[in-house]
Amino acid sequence: MQLSKADLLKAYRMMKTIREFEERLHVEFATGEIPGFVHLYAGEEASAAGFCMHLDGRDRIASTHRGHGHSIAKGCDVHAMMAEIYGKKAGLCGGKGGSMHIADLDKGMLGANGIVGGGPPLICGAGLAAKMLKTGGVAIAFVGDGGFNQGTTAESLNLASVWRLPCLFVVENNGYAESTSSKWAVSCDDFTDRASAYNMPGISVDGHDFFAVYEAAGEAIKRARSGGGPSLIEVKINRYYGHFEGDAQTYRGPDEVKKLRETKDCLMLFRKRVEGATLIDAADMNKVDTEVLALIDDSVKKAKAAPKPTAADLLTDVYVSY
Amino acid sequence: MARKINYQQAINEALNQEMTRDPTVVIMGEDVAGGMGTDGEQEAWGGVLGVTKGLYKKFGDRVMDTPITESAFIGAAVGAATAGLRPVAELMFIDFMGVCLDQIFNQAAKFRYMFGGKAETPVVIRTMYGAGFRAAAQHSQCLYPVFTHIPGLKVVMPATPYDAKGLLIQAIRDNDPVIFCEHKVLYTLEGDVPEEPYAIPFGEASVVREGKDVTIVTLGRMVHMATQAADNLAKAGIKCEVIDLRTTSPMDTDTILESVENTGRLVVVDEAHPRCNIATDVSALVAEQAFDSLKAPIKMVTAPHVPVPFSDTLEDLYIPNAAKIEAAVKAVMGKKG
Repeated sequence: MQLSKADLLKAYRMMKTIREFEERLHVEFATGEIPGFVHLYAGEEASAAGFCMHLDGRDRIASTHRGHGHSIAKGCDVHAMMAEIYGKKAGLCGGKGGSMHIADLDKGMLGANGIVGGGPPLICGAGLAAKMLKTGGVAIAFVGDGGFNQGTTAESLNLASVWRLPCLFVVENNGYAESTSSKWAVSCDDFTDRASAYNMPGISVDGHDFFAVYEAAGEAIKRARSGGGPSLIEVKINRYYGHFEGDAQTYRGPDEVKKLRETKDCLMLFRKRVEGATLIDAADMNKVDTEVLALIDDSVKKAKAAPKPTAADLLTDVYVSY
Repeated sequence: MARKINYQQAINEALNQEMTRDPTVVIMGEDVAGGMGTDGEQEAWGGVLGVTKGLYKKFGDRVMDTPITESAFIGAAVGAATAGLRPVAELMFIDFMGVCLDQIFNQAAKFRYMFGGKAETPVVIRTMYGAGFRAAAQHSQCLYPVFTHIPGLKVVMPATPYDAKGLLIQAIRDNDPVIFCEHKVLYTLEGDVPEEPYAIPFGEASVVREGKDVTIVTLGRMVHMATQAADNLAKAGIKCEVIDLRTTSPMDTDTILESVENTGRLVVVDEAHPRCNIATDVSALVAEQAFDSLKAPIKMVTAPHVPVPFSDTLEDLYIPNAAKIEAAVKAVMGKKG
């Protein structure tokens, strides 16, 4: 699949924004100023970008605990996201959701999800709505290797197949469900082994390679849009940080993350590929780097300075009417 | 024009009229059409007790059978509600909430608040509850207090065919998630129901008997037990005011409090288990806000703290009835027997 220079830069900016957002949160969380639980997506950027580069306003996604990357890739406002994570009124959810519930339905982002395996049933519904309302939209459930073992996921794969829904079930297998290895907790060697049981294509892809993800995603999305039904895609990937911030990751091998950063980093591989093929200039990407860093810095400054919700906000937004 | 139809037909009529009015209303659930994929009759069942019969014939693909996977299809109804449809999902028995509760209370109920007031989830979950069918412990429960506990859900408990139609139409038009609880014993109950569509607002209790001596607050099937008791007691000179809550969330607290302020006595009748149910909720409300009006301690008439038994002798003992209500009323009146 051919990507224009503008698209390449867009994808790079998307991944870089996610990376810097997460790297900065890692630093800021350690100061104690960020409340609650934060699960970082650093290392997995090519997955969110590889899928979401194909999507538009008709399309919907559901995410996981580790939802910042999907949110940014689906177009959620970075300033509002940062303010939300700081629990501020200007946050994307008014400070009522936080990191685990970042959502923007207007952007087709049905939410990060605090429940492992919570998203796939919702995505069946979003796919059903797209099909019945003939919008041409697709719906994508991003699920981790932990969530892909949940009954909700199994049920949703079956339902999407039976109803022939325009849905994708993307298992981002980063090797660990919390501290438990997917090598131990998953009954099969590859999640794609399960696809045939649900009568749908199963595709495995190297999640460090944006281009591989983009291509696999494009084919599955095209099939879904044209009425060809759902797909299961396993993205083999790694996370740099712990399950949540504060996780010392003593279950990981020595230098495991260091080696990943040096050899498999998706941003590094992306730059190598496009610079090597002289698709875009290093200067263009360096400019993106500078702009992204400034954006993240500004978002943190503004989030820190922003006012918190007040007592008047406690009881609102429960019902449309009551 | 009103004519007599039963509770089940009233629900079917509400679905039919709303689906006719609004093309985004869809139905999904186990065997809501029935016969899918078989060589036999299409729409073989129309729901396990026939409540949705005829709708598949009329609306085709807008009436969707599902595999027996409640998490997937209840969740799909919730997801579809965020994406432009107004699904009415059927959770066959309320007891099955145990296999799909996450999608109801962690997803549907939470979206609006968690997402800062920007989500609307107009989903209705119709579900059958209650004892009396000899259906035993996993098909007879009254789990509506569990849903009532959850902010973000509305809980509807129609007691009559008239209310079933009007409250279901309101539920479908409502923009919040609604749990619509149908008592299986009431399906054959007949009553006057207007042919034309009408919506009954939530949070407005119905005073089904007026009286000055004792307030009886109740809901669902127990409304009929309570009115039977009230009619019997009237012959003995005790005038009961019977309040049918109609919805437990929102709950019409004003009507309860005004009545208790007039009568000074309260009996609450609830088919649910006695702990943390609607009876305890109403009792707490009155104890907190109308204590000074009370002339006698509050009495609760509920099922006991046991699972619903199978054997008819045991189930009949389990279910609250008019005699138990009459005894409770006499007790708060300070009369023996």
